[in-house]
Amino acid sequence: MPVPGSTHDRAHHRTRNGTTPAATSNDSSATREGRTRPGGHGLTGSRLRRSAQLIGRGLRAEWRIYVLAIGSSALFGGVTVLMSQAIGQVTDSVVVPALAGDAEARSRIWVAGLVLAGIAVTLALTVAARRVFAGYGFANLQARHRTAVTHQYLRLPMSWHRAHPTGQLLSNANSDVEAATGVFNPLPFALGVVVMIVVAAVMLFRVDVWLACAALVVIPVAIVVNVVFQRYMSPAITRAQQLRAEVSDVAHESFEAALLVKSLGTEDREERRFAARADELRAANVRVGVVRAFFDPVIELLPSLGTLLVLGVGVVRIASGDVATGDVVTAAYLLTVMAVPVRAFGWVLGELPRGLVGYERISRVLDAGGILEPGTVHVPAGGAGAHVRVEGVGVDVRAGGRTITLLDGVDLDLAPGSTVAVVGPTGAGKTTLVSLLARLSDPTRGRVLLDGVDIRTVRPADLTSRVALVAQSTFIFEDSVRSNVTLADDGEAGAPSDEAVWAALRLAKVDEVVAHLPGGLDAPLGERGANLSGGQRQRLAIARALVRSPQLLVLDDATSAVDPRVEQQILAGLRSGTERGVAQPTVVMVAYRMSSVALADVVVHVESGRVVDVGTHDELLARDAGYRALATAYAQEADRRAAAAEDEIDEPHGIVEDDRATEEVAE
Amino acid sequence: MSTAANVRPAHEEVVEDATGARIASASELGVFATLRRGVQMSPQILDGIWVTLLLAVAAALGRVVVPIAVQQTLDTGILPEDGPDTGRVALLVGVAAAVLVVAGLCSAFVNVRLFRSTEAGLAALRVRAFRHVHDLSVLTQNTERRGALVSRVTSDVDTISLFVQWGGIMLLVSILQIGVATVLMSVYSWQLTLVVWACFIPLFLVLRPAQRRVNVAYTAVRARVGAMLGAISESVVGAETIRAYGAAGRTGRRIDAAVESTRSAMVRAQKLVALVFSSGVLVANLVLSVVVVVGTMLGIGGGLSTGELVAFLFLVQLFTGPVQMATEILNELQNAVAGWRRVLAVVETPVQVADPGPGGVRTPRGPAHVRLEGVRFAYPGGPEVLHGVDLDFPEQTSVAVVGQTGSGKTTIAKLVTRLMDPTAGRVLLDGTDLREISGTNLRERVVLVPQEGFLFDGTLAENIAYGTRGTALGGGDRAESADGATTVTPGSALDDRIVEAVAELGLTDWVADLPDGLRTDVGQRGEGLSAGERQLVAIARAYLAEADLLVLDEATSAVDPATEVRIARALDSLTAGRSTITIAHRLSTAEAADLVVVVDQGEVVEVGPHVELARAGGVYAAMHASWVAQTR
Repeated sequence: MPVPGSTHDRAHHRTRNGTTPAATSNDSSATREGRTRPGGHGLTGSRLRRSAQLIGRGLRAEWRIYVLAIGSSALFGGVTVLMSQAIGQVTDSVVVPALAGDAEARSRIWVAGLVLAGIAVTLALTVAARRVFAGYGFANLQARHRTAVTHQYLRLPMSWHRAHPTGQLLSNANSDVEAATGVFNPLPFALGVVVMIVVAAVMLFRVDVWLACAALVVIPVAIVVNVVFQRYMSPAITRAQQLRAEVSDVAHESFEAALLVKSLGTEDREERRFAARADELRAANVRVGVVRAFFDPVIELLPSLGTLLVLGVGVVRIASGDVATGDVVTAAYLLTVMAVPVRAFGWVLGELPRGLVGYERISRVLDAGGILEPGTVHVPAGGAGAHVRVEGVGVDVRAGGRTITLLDGVDLDLAPGSTVAVVGPTGAGKTTLVSLLARLSDPTRGRVLLDGVDIRTVRPADLTSRVALVAQSTFIFEDSVRSNVTLADDGEAGAPSDEAVWAALRLAKVDEVVAHLPGGLDAPLGERGANLSGGQRQRLAIARALVRSPQLLVLDDATSAVDPRVEQQILAGLRSGTERGVAQPTVVMVAYRMSSVALADVVVHVESGRVVDVGTHDELLARDAGYRALATAYAQEADRRAAAAEDEIDEPHGIVEDDRATEEVAE
Repeated sequence: MSTAANVRPAHEEVVEDATGARIASASELGVFATLRRGVQMSPQILDGIWVTLLLAVAAALGRVVVPIAVQQTLDTGILPEDGPDTGRVALLVGVAAAVLVVAGLCSAFVNVRLFRSTEAGLAALRVRAFRHVHDLSVLTQNTERRGALVSRVTSDVDTISLFVQWGGIMLLVSILQIGVATVLMSVYSWQLTLVVWACFIPLFLVLRPAQRRVNVAYTAVRARVGAMLGAISESVVGAETIRAYGAAGRTGRRIDAAVESTRSAMVRAQKLVALVFSSGVLVANLVLSVVVVVGTMLGIGGGLSTGELVAFLFLVQLFTGPVQMATEILNELQNAVAGWRRVLAVVETPVQVADPGPGGVRTPRGPAHVRLEGVRFAYPGGPEVLHGVDLDFPEQTSVAVVGQTGSGKTTIAKLVTRLMDPTAGRVLLDGTDLREISGTNLRERVVLVPQEGFLFDGTLAENIAYGTRGTALGGGDRAESADGATTVTPGSALDDRIVEAVAELGLTDWVADLPDGLRTDVGQRGEGLSAGERQLVAIARAYLAEADLLVLDEATSAVDPATEVRIARALDSLTAGRSTITIAHRLSTAEAADLVVVVDQGEVVEVGPHVELARAGGVYAAMHASWVAQTR
């Protein structure tokens, strides 16, 4: 008897077979840092246990939807069996007698047709319901994973981010999530049609135990096949997901480096670098594909082989007189019913290795440690400049298996409302020092006090409203100018008013630039802030800090691309805050220009991770030789050059002979 | 020697309307055009396709043969009146099992072959799209977020693989099966066959518009996944800013919105797909009831026996199975087309600053002489920022370009290095228009050091070596292995050269202070180093590239004065035989330069040696006086 629907959604369930998007995961450093903690997100135990955990967690998370999806699927299983039975019934009690000339049967043919049509409609409805609910479940689970992973990215510290390529993180949030959820595509179908296995098995045993055993031998064989499959598949899929992450990583890094690539003309090199990874991924995908290529047909073969086995055993049982011929026919038919769920389980099993790999890669992110423990002490904002104390601070990092000291024994006491310049050679540890003040990281030793409170204990929201840090490189969000300054949604409660934004832009000397942009505050800015020059971007970042009226403003060489004159105006504006009725914030700035340094009340000279001296500019010039060398570098160079020019005054080298250039000065 | 002069009357002609090409969200091609173009881009997909198709047909036939064999076994082996025929059953079961195994093997080989060819084709497509991104002009590259660009060479390509690995061939096989089933059914009853086809006609009619909607829905999914990755990438690249301002809450909400919009697009697509697929299921099962009723009618009329009707019902399954399969594959096809269109959109984006390629002029290495003639420039959609600049950068000269923020200094640097083409006028290198010089030749001779030097995740040495060319080191000792990775073996000639360059630039002490010296890992984007240190690496890198003209755009803005002075001196000594153009705020650079160019509001207002300009009492003199006051 024909079994309707034996091809149900093969394509649908094959979705994302091993070689399709999966995700990526992290490199070895992730493994190191993201070791699965007890009680973490990672799956534990044997493969079977981990598989059950993977599926169980997903079903529990979206249980309402999965009850509906699996219910529809079970209904589908029942109706499918019903359809086969109905066709049998109709054939026996309507078609055959009708053709034999039974007039009463002939009149019933319309009723039979309507019954069959009704079953067909029900069947289609159950399919539609299952697919829609399964679609919801799948999409919701992906969204859950993506939300969890991305929020974790926002929590993890900078040190973690420096060790994890952006491309890999994108891959975690995209293809690893797809991998981890892939198994949920065929799952409702497979679980629902278990009904069909149960019905068929019960009926088989009622027919004959030996025939039932012959038919059910398919199940242990399927398990063995699956164990073999998993053994080959797991390493292959792990590698494929890893390479997927690496391809994403190379692409992201290379696109970020686009300007460098162009300016050095290294497009060919980048292409080779990407092609090498893409080719490794290709090979890994083919490897996964080959394993899958054999697994799928074997699983599909099993029910058919089972049917043949039943026929073989059946003929023997008939010969020995233990069963009737009709029983064998029934058993063979029941096996075709069982073929559907067996195949469906094949799809689930085929997706499992990828699901486990993807899930584990996600768990590594979710379980990664090192998140700065947020403080709980509420410190009300407002008031005058903050009093900053740095006590015995040291910072160590691990590099290449050794411990490197970046900062050591730093003690500072910065008076409220003072302006402090941090000066030192490139690489001295200035950035490390000032980033501690905004708690971008915590010191290894010692502590930082803000108005007498250890900043590790302060609530994060309070800290960011009191301390603003403008970093060396500015980051511009793809958003309007307004949102780039306020970092709030339009109309969000507590967001600075437009007047406040303009005031901040004015203080940062970028108001005129913004006024000239089409749309003013609403002007959209690109990801790389492409429509602004480097200096304008830096000034926008300063406005972003100023609009918060912080009590401590940290400028980490935040004006390097700003005109010296403009820089002077900005700094002067900050100091004149009191005139405007605004409390003067404490300002800590990393600076190189002596004009800026001269504005500072105190200068901190840092070298090789230690504070060499603290005092006014003049004091340090007088007593600190290293500082003197740094401060007077330009003047000395100018003198040196002047002296050199005297020597070769008769032979000015390289001065243009082509007078064309000078002519053009006229315009 | 300038062929350019003949082609273009310099000064006046507006070369291109600088509207700026954007990367479209998806290509506009239709479904078939997309497939054709997609296969053209990845011809490997069709490698050995005929053999694969033949094997696929064999596998499909095997699948049809088995149910027939089961039927036969039951009819002729088990059910005969005179009792079961064990021998016949054994034979039939054996044959069927053999056919089954052969068919299974065929389908395994089909899978393997398809995986091989499609993965090869898609890898080629990835690389092609990747390369095209780099070939696009800087302005075009900036129109899309990096995260979204990454999705074009990763998840969008992945979306295609499912269909080409499986769907394409199964679609053909399904059509073949539909044909075979039609023929078989006709043998039993042509009238019923017509009835079956008639039942499916409404489905076929509905399918076309439905598929169009599925296509739109899947295209939306792809676009939203791209946008989502863009948002995630922003949150990761901007991690420091987000932390410094406590903006995690808002950034989180932005990502949540992107995730949710992806989710709802997926649900929408899945609902449509469910509708299309269940319509197929409905028709397939309705056909059964229609065949039972009509078949019985025909039977009563004497046109059909009971046995024939039962056999026909069985054959209908062979017909409806592939039809349902086909609707499913068509859905999958729409998904693949959505992905393909996103990748093709990249490849189709016009290259606005095009490399003339191998046909381009190769100018000889040696001192570089750059000239700007009537150069005008406006950013896409913006006002003109350079208003007809004529400038001459003589060979073997160091030139400082100074001016206020927004005066157009950086634009000049980008035009000289041909990151952009002027909207009017031309830029000449040794008398040849930059647009006619082969890209490789141009990059060998002219190198730009931007303000924010990008560092790759790797060691300091690898980053410095990035961009070295064989010519510089003799014997083709490139800092690159065959797979494009930069590797520097300690003690190699290249390593020695790096050490030497670091020493020449006066950076030895700085390197020695780093945790691992030249082997120090710089971290993602070089974030393990400070901005000033990253600039030092960028300078050393450019120094090693040994270009004829070095263009430094605020390249030492974050470096301490003492180091800057050291570097300036080193570059000065190295420029013997070379030229440098320096864009700078710090006028110490101008003091040291042979020639100073002052730019103001998009025009060159002064040109001359520092000493002369400082005395001339013009714009420069005022700038310099203020600089001296600030620094000494």
